Amino acid sequence: MTEHRHLSGELMPVACHECDLLQVLPDLPAGGKASCSRCGCTLATRPVDPIERPLALVIAALLVLVVANTAPLMGLSAVGRHASTTIIGGAYQMWLQGQELTAVIVAFCAVVAPAGYLLLLLIVLLAVRRPPAPSWVGGLLRWAERARTWAMTEVMMLGIMVALIKIADLAKVEAGIGMFAVGVLMLLFPAILSSVDTDELWSRVAWHEPQPQPGPAPERGLTSE
Amino acid sequence: MTGAPPTAIKARLLSCETCGLLSQPASADEPGYCPRCGSELESRRHGSIERTWALVIAAAICYVPANMLPVLGTTTLGSTEYDTIMGGVVFLFTSGSWPLALIVLIASVMVPLGKLVALGYLLITVQRASVRGSRERTRLYRMVEFVGRWSMLDVFVDTFTVALVQLDPLMSVHPGAGVLFFAAVVVLTMIAASTFDPRLIWDASAEPAPYHEKPLQQESSLG
Repeated sequence: MTEHRHLSGELMPVACHECDLLQVLPDLPAGGKASCSRCGCTLATRPVDPIERPLALVIAALLVLVVANTAPLMGLSAVGRHASTTIIGGAYQMWLQGQELTAVIVAFCAVVAPAGYLLLLLIVLLAVRRPPAPSWVGGLLRWAERARTWAMTEVMMLGIMVALIKIADLAKVEAGIGMFAVGVLMLLFPAILSSVDTDELWSRVAWHEPQPQPGPAPERGLTSE
Repeated sequence: MTGAPPTAIKARLLSCETCGLLSQPASADEPGYCPRCGSELESRRHGSIERTWALVIAAAICYVPANMLPVLGTTTLGSTEYDTIMGGVVFLFTSGSWPLALIVLIASVMVPLGKLVALGYLLITVQRASVRGSRERTRLYRMVEFVGRWSMLDVFVDTFTVALVQLDPLMSVHPGAGVLFFAAVVVLTMIAASTFDPRLIWDASAEPAPYHEKPLQQESSLG
C-alpha cells in the first residue's frame, strides 16, 4: 500500500484546482470567498450556515421536485381536443417516436440527475450533522457532485418556455402547475449550490484510511520556495 | 527555481480532484489513492489531451448532421414539413419573438461551435506549451464549462413540442434524426470540458515540471 504524508497544522496549504498554485487560505469570514491569486478561480467559500440552511432548501426542493414531475407541465387545446404532458411524458414520447437514446439523455438530465443530486445531498447533509460521518458518506458526496453537472433544471425551464411560445402560434396552450414547480426548482438549485460548502462537508466525513497523527511538519518551507 | 510560482506538482504534492485534500504520496509514479476520500490520485487528469481531442473531434463530426438533418417533422393533414435547428430559429424570428430566436440561435448554433473552437484552441496552445495569456485561457475554459449545458436547450424544446403536439390526424410533430446528433454534440463537449485539465495551461509557464518533462528531454537528447 502507498504511504501518505499529510500536511497538517492551521496553515494548511491548498492547491488551486485550475492552475495548481499552492497557497494558504486566509481565515474566511462567514459569507466570505477566497480566490486563487494567479488564475482567479474560487478556491473556497464560507456560507453562513453550511449544514442546516442547505438541508432546509434540499427538503423544500425535493417536495417541489415531486410536484414538478407529476403535475402536467403544459396543456394544449385545439378543435375540442386537449393534450398535456409531464417531464417524463416528454421523454417517453421521444422514446415512442424512435428516439430512444435522446429520450434517455432527456430523462437523465431532466429527472434522474436533479433527483439524484437532491437525494444524495439530503443523505450527506443528514449524515454530517453529527461528525464524523462514516466514510461511505464521502462516496455519496462524490456521486452528488457528478449528478450536479448533469442536472439541467434551468435549461429545461427555458426549453419549456420556448416550446410554449412556439406552439402558441398553432394552438391554444396553457401553462400547468408542473411548469411553475419547475420554475421554483430553478430558483432553489442555485440557492442550494451557494449555501453548500463542499470543503466543510468533506471535513466532516471520516477518512478512508486511518487519519495519521499530525507529526512534525517538514513542509514548513513549502510556500517560500 | 526562484521566481517560479510554487505549484503542487513541483512540491511533489497531489491535490485530490474529488475532495481537494493535499497529500504527499510515497511514490510520484504511483500516487495511489486519496487517504481521505479513496479516489484515485493523479497529478494531472490521465490522458487529458488525447481524450479531449478525441471527444472534440467526435463532437465536431456530430455537429454537421446535427445542423443538416431535421430536428422536427410537422405533419399537418397528411403533408409533412421538416425543420432543422436553423429552421426553428427562422420560425421563431418570423413569428415575431426575436428575443427567443436570438436565445435559441446563441444556445444551439453559436455555443456548440464556440465550445469546439475554444477547446481546440486550448488544446493547441497547451500542446505548443504557450505561456501567453494563461489567465485569459483559464477564463475561456471556465466559460466553456459554464455555458456547455445551455446547448441542451433545443433538445428540451423539441422534446416538449413533440410530447404536446400529438393531435392525430389533424397535426402531429415527430422528432428528426438531427436531435440525437445534437444531443450527442452537447454531451460529448461537456465530457470533453471535464477531461481537459486546466492546470496544463499553467504548467508551461512554471519551470519544467519534475515528473513529465525531464524524461522526455533526456530521450530527445539521446536521439
